[in-house]
Amino acid sequence: MIRIANGQGFWGDSLEAPVEQVRRGPLDYLTLDYLAEITMSILQKQRSRDPKTGYARDFVEMIARVLPDLVERRIRVIANAGGVNPAACRDAVLEIAKRQGIEIKVATVAGDDIMARLNDFLARGVELKNMETGEPLSTIRAQVQSANVYFGAFPVVEALAKGAQIVITGRVTDTGLALAPMIHEFGWKADDWDRLAAGTIAGHTIECGAQCTGGNCQVDWQTIPDMADVGYPIIEAEPDGTFVITKHAGTGGRVTVASVKEQLLYEMGDPHQYITPDCIADFTTIQLAQAGPDRVRFTGIRGRPATEFYKVSISYSAGFKAIGSMVYAWPDAYKKARAADGILRQRLDRLGLRFDAIRTEFLGANACHGIPAGEPTPEIEPHLAEVVMRIGVRSSDRAAVDRFTKELAPLALNGPPVVTGLGGGRPRVEEIVAYWPALIPKREVTPEVTVWPNES
Amino acid sequence: MAKRKLVEIAHARSGDKGDTANVGIIALRPEYYPALVREVTAARVKKHFKGVCLGEVERFELPNLGALNFLLHESLDGGGTLALKADPQGKTYSTALLRMEIEVDPL
Repeated sequence: MIRIANGQGFWGDSLEAPVEQVRRGPLDYLTLDYLAEITMSILQKQRSRDPKTGYARDFVEMIARVLPDLVERRIRVIANAGGVNPAACRDAVLEIAKRQGIEIKVATVAGDDIMARLNDFLARGVELKNMETGEPLSTIRAQVQSANVYFGAFPVVEALAKGAQIVITGRVTDTGLALAPMIHEFGWKADDWDRLAAGTIAGHTIECGAQCTGGNCQVDWQTIPDMADVGYPIIEAEPDGTFVITKHAGTGGRVTVASVKEQLLYEMGDPHQYITPDCIADFTTIQLAQAGPDRVRFTGIRGRPATEFYKVSISYSAGFKAIGSMVYAWPDAYKKARAADGILRQRLDRLGLRFDAIRTEFLGANACHGIPAGEPTPEIEPHLAEVVMRIGVRSSDRAAVDRFTKELAPLALNGPPVVTGLGGGRPRVEEIVAYWPALIPKREVTPEVTVWPNES
Repeated sequence: MAKRKLVEIAHARSGDKGDTANVGIIALRPEYYPALVREVTAARVKKHFKGVCLGEVERFELPNLGALNFLLHESLDGGGTLALKADPQGKTYSTALLRMEIEVDPL
């Protein structure tokens, strides 16, 4: 049995979680997910300004804290912290190791960044059509900011086989990070679809950190113990493809069939075919059982052969937006907020501003659920203590969006009464970086696995 | 038959893929699952999210988990960074669906 932990569900997750995972109990592998679709474009921009950046700096700082523990207890780390610059991330980690007088092998998995090859692909008829709309990439080619292939577990397996204690990847799937140690340790074959599917589902279960151990859990949420010290998830993986999801003893949170089911359904598409670069996993074959306190056992998982394609994550510039808000207080808070919205829209019209989209929501009334929530009832509405008018606009015309940001604050003096919430000043104009999912034949790209300081 | 709000017999989680939201609902007890399958149809979910979900609703059954998964296409104002919504990733659509009332056998 091997223990594989998640210490980071997204870039921005708890800085303490990976440290606690290393120090609070037994562990063989620590995996960390830093890359959302949008992250790659931010990192690409950073690197264009400074060639030594473009990776998750949080990761390097975390390694600096726990490196002696990792070495002493032989815990191996797998993280997609490399972003668009795994080599720079590796150099930063090696620098930390040198400063601490520790010798360590670090591998990078690169080759996922296809930004420089896009024109070549398009010229050869690899269209990179949008998976959702079918449009060819040529329609937004000039706006593209980053383009990365999602690799699966196998390049990471290669890095582990070469003896790396820390594996830093670019765009590798979240599930691949956790599946890789199972393939490496148990010698699973590349066509052992059931086991690969099992490891993939194990990876999906822990990829969002504490979201399977009591975080964001609806069932009995008020009784989940010690959430301030919530334990992050650990897979206890067996060679036969069965596994238990648990957390370190003594940590807070709760691992139950219910908490795990919620995570299984998160961002789920067709449950019969959860497609990764490694296999197709069938979520309708999962059998769950509570195997003790904070222990859920998974059995029965079946999989099917992987497809011939990698998914590509392309980001592109898609205009501008700004979102601002005003807070209206009792009495008649909701009526005031609605009146303010009406006045603001008339003024935007009189200025001749045109937007691709304009949207107002009323926080405190029904912003989250919208129409399914309905309007506040006549009994409740007059008594609402406050309502936030939240309004956003989107346009390819930056000047129009900028002008909008200057129309909000005047409402404080020249609109409906008893209003606050302007402390943050004018809303910021944001460049929209949108996401373009596509597929590419696997033969078009090759992962590059390198071990430093030297290959063994 | 008695009317029950889904929130009394199911829990849920939602997420996003581009402009598509997914909402998974899970029976709190195995005996509630048949009522979910019978009552919470794709058509009813589409109607429930009228004005929010502008595209099709797809439904998938996961009897092994006592769960249904719904894909609500064109539901997130363009999705991700394009959306101007307070909830651009549909994270709260889970309990929005649990507002639905369905007919269940007396328990």
